[in-house]
Amino acid sequence: MKRFAALFAAIDQSTKTTVKVAALADYFSDADPVDKLWTVALFSGRRPKRAVTTNRLREWAAEVAGIPLWLFEESYAIVGDLAETIALVLPPNASVDDRPLSQWIKDLRSLAQEDEAARKAFVLEAWQRLGGTERFLFNKLITGGFRVGVSQKLMTRALSRATGKPEAELAHRLMGNWHPDDTSWHNLIEAEDASADASRPYPFYLAYALEEGPDSLGHPQEWRAEWKWDGIRGQLILRDGDYYVWSRGEELMTDRFPELARAIDHLPPGTVLDGELLVWQPGAAQPDSFNALQARIGRKMVPKKLLKEAPVLLHAYDLLEWEGKDQRERPFAERRAQLEEACKDLGPEAPVRLSPQHPFDTWDSLADLRATARDENAEGLMLKRADSPYLAGRKKGDWWKWKLDPLTIDAVMIYAQSGSGRRANLFTDFTFAVWNGNDLVPFTKAYSGLTDAEFRKITHWVKRNTLQRFGPVRQVTPHHVFEIAFEGIQASSRHKSGVALRFPRMKRWREDKPLQEANTLDDLKEMLRLYG
Amino acid sequence: MARDPVLTFTDRGIYCAAGDFYIDPWRPVDRALITHGHADHARGGMGGYLATHVALPVMRYRLGEITADGIGFGEVRQIRDASVSFHPAGHVPGSAQIRVEVAGEVWVVSGDYKVTNDGLSEAFEPVNCHHFITESTFGLPVFRWQPQATVAAEINAWWAACKAAGKTAFLGAYALGKAQRLLTMLDPEIGPILCHSAVENTNDVLRGQGLHLPDTVRADAEVSPRDHPGALVLSPPSALGSKWARKFGAQESAFASGWMALRGVRRRRAGDRGFVISDHADWNGLLWAIRETGAENIYVTHGYTDIFTRYLNDNGWRARIVPTQFEGESLDAGDAA
Ligand SMILES: [Zn+2]
Ligand SMILES: [Zn+2]
Repeated sequence: MKRFAALFAAIDQSTKTTVKVAALADYFSDADPVDKLWTVALFSGRRPKRAVTTNRLREWAAEVAGIPLWLFEESYAIVGDLAETIALVLPPNASVDDRPLSQWIKDLRSLAQEDEAARKAFVLEAWQRLGGTERFLFNKLITGGFRVGVSQKLMTRALSRATGKPEAELAHRLMGNWHPDDTSWHNLIEAEDASADASRPYPFYLAYALEEGPDSLGHPQEWRAEWKWDGIRGQLILRDGDYYVWSRGEELMTDRFPELARAIDHLPPGTVLDGELLVWQPGAAQPDSFNALQARIGRKMVPKKLLKEAPVLLHAYDLLEWEGKDQRERPFAERRAQLEEACKDLGPEAPVRLSPQHPFDTWDSLADLRATARDENAEGLMLKRADSPYLAGRKKGDWWKWKLDPLTIDAVMIYAQSGSGRRANLFTDFTFAVWNGNDLVPFTKAYSGLTDAEFRKITHWVKRNTLQRFGPVRQVTPHHVFEIAFEGIQASSRHKSGVALRFPRMKRWREDKPLQEANTLDDLKEMLRLYG
Repeated sequence: MARDPVLTFTDRGIYCAAGDFYIDPWRPVDRALITHGHADHARGGMGGYLATHVALPVMRYRLGEITADGIGFGEVRQIRDASVSFHPAGHVPGSAQIRVEVAGEVWVVSGDYKVTNDGLSEAFEPVNCHHFITESTFGLPVFRWQPQATVAAEINAWWAACKAAGKTAFLGAYALGKAQRLLTMLDPEIGPILCHSAVENTNDVLRGQGLHLPDTVRADAEVSPRDHPGALVLSPPSALGSKWARKFGAQESAFASGWMALRGVRRRRAGDRGFVISDHADWNGLLWAIRETGAENIYVTHGYTDIFTRYLNDNGWRARIVPTQFEGESLDAGDAA
């Protein structure tokens, strides 16, 4: 574990990309191949099968630390990471251990056959033998979720430096549902003919937000425009008579969208589509709101009733593979033409539709179109350069999202709660209210959008203006007005105000605005009527 | 007949009716007893001040013209019906816990404290009392400090590595207390130690009253970075990454604070490195100090007040939260600590 801990510390400590890549490349050049394989797996969200439940871990940690469980839980709420909380509350380690990363994983896996007493003995022993970062990482092997600020991009860059292979190829090799249990470093990274499994997706190409408007993009004729849908990005793979659905976060979601299985009847094998998953009622002119989709994403197995109430379609906007061949090098206009050809005969019963393009002559006419996006339940427009290849990851230049300006409302802060993790020492989670007569009605929480300096300032103020405490929540003097930005508004019976907002965040601290001039519940209801 | 409490908590600060004085008040009062010179405890505008002889020079430097009286550690002074004495709090040089006795009942206001001996501040001494007022800045079991020598070795290794890489090492710390403690931990064999003017001004005051600190160079606007290769620069956190700092060229920055124990905070705030060191007591330190006082009644001021108070109540103390305007170890503010 020592070598892995040193790598982790080097990456975790630094904010400099060059330092991280150098540390990773070093490691990938000469660490043990099994350790390397596991390192790539862990940094890309894979982990060994969980040998111990997190509930047991919490109980044992509290017991060894000699503290009550509630105190452990309170500490966890502030630290924000279970593995870290455990590492911190335990007494210092009494001895040391030389087992490498892969051996620890092997030992953890063999616990699956043991009874609980043996598992506990193993974990407690490990806690005694590992200190600091090593102990934290051991816990992470059990709990999962290595967030180290190593993007796929950084990892492929380092791998490329260590192996001499091109980054794009490595990025593709790392996609899909491989697991260290059924592959090797050689097969995953080095083997010349990597016989990819049928489910392996392509890395998604991600767009940048267009902040200033499209004038700087050049001539409109070089660009294509589509709605930016408010669904979830998905890649539909049809190969060998099977179908696979991947999310942008590289999660395999095939079982969540059984209706997409019928795509096999409509499109030939060797087809891979990039598109948007949307809930779309038969015959409807526009998709349902994101809320309807959320109910579907939350279910691993979909009950029949929900399948009927919230049917999902893929709105395809790009073609990545056709007749078994990678299409990504071809210009977007050609891929699009091929996609239109493929979708030409899709009947209304097919679970795939072509996402329409909107012809335009001038940026001004496109701006007019964009202004109507909300009527279509879209978030704005996507702009794609006609001659661009399909790149991997977030690369500036060829794809832009030109979103609508968010809705905004001025609201009064009435409750504050401290953050966790990065912002453990600041008040960052606030509840906001609007006026209803002389009363303030809470309607949303928000915890992002301010600068660190602003969070420090408001923290200072909260400490001096606490009216009442409810556990970690403080009721504060109504005084500060914030402009809250959000992407959508929905009727909600669970909220006192009767509305629920989508992606609420603090856009501006309106120190210029007196308390009385915050918006009212009627204003909020009017927004619901217009945009709900 | 029930007596009035010896100390009460008012909107001006902690008040002693028997002696008609306040301790670390945050609004102007006639007579203020001050635990230590940090800005959240020693404020301007008081009619008269009483603090330890060691704490006074910095207070005078920071507050300007004040009417102040000094007192030695352990020396007993009668103020009307209250008998008052100051005892080491181990927080920064001169910092004190203030003991107040009225008709046999003893209260202790600890201000800010730490129980490990840093070799620079007068070491913390537990004071027997009935009522103890404690901070709780790091009153969570996740806070557990390493021995000072361990942290010193980490810092010196980092400095040496910076020097080997041709970089200047910037270490962020508060001007009063933390900076001088770090000075005593640094290994001057590695290279020259430079101090930002805000730090060096406080160094000068402390040297002037006889405290021994290693040699340092004032890093003001005129300093030429080229004359000091391999240097470590002690600077207030706010100056890290500033225009002044940038003229030193290739550099790494680190931050020394108890908050660096939390990975999330470290990643948000620490620059290249975070070193875990604090002038406040850790979890075990707080509990040890409270036990040593023998007090049954505990008043919990700034920090993780609700959690710490609940723990004390569950474990046989009578504890309650007291709102004050004291601050714990701030990551960001200038010098309140
Ligand atoms: Zn202090
Ligand atoms: Zn303080």
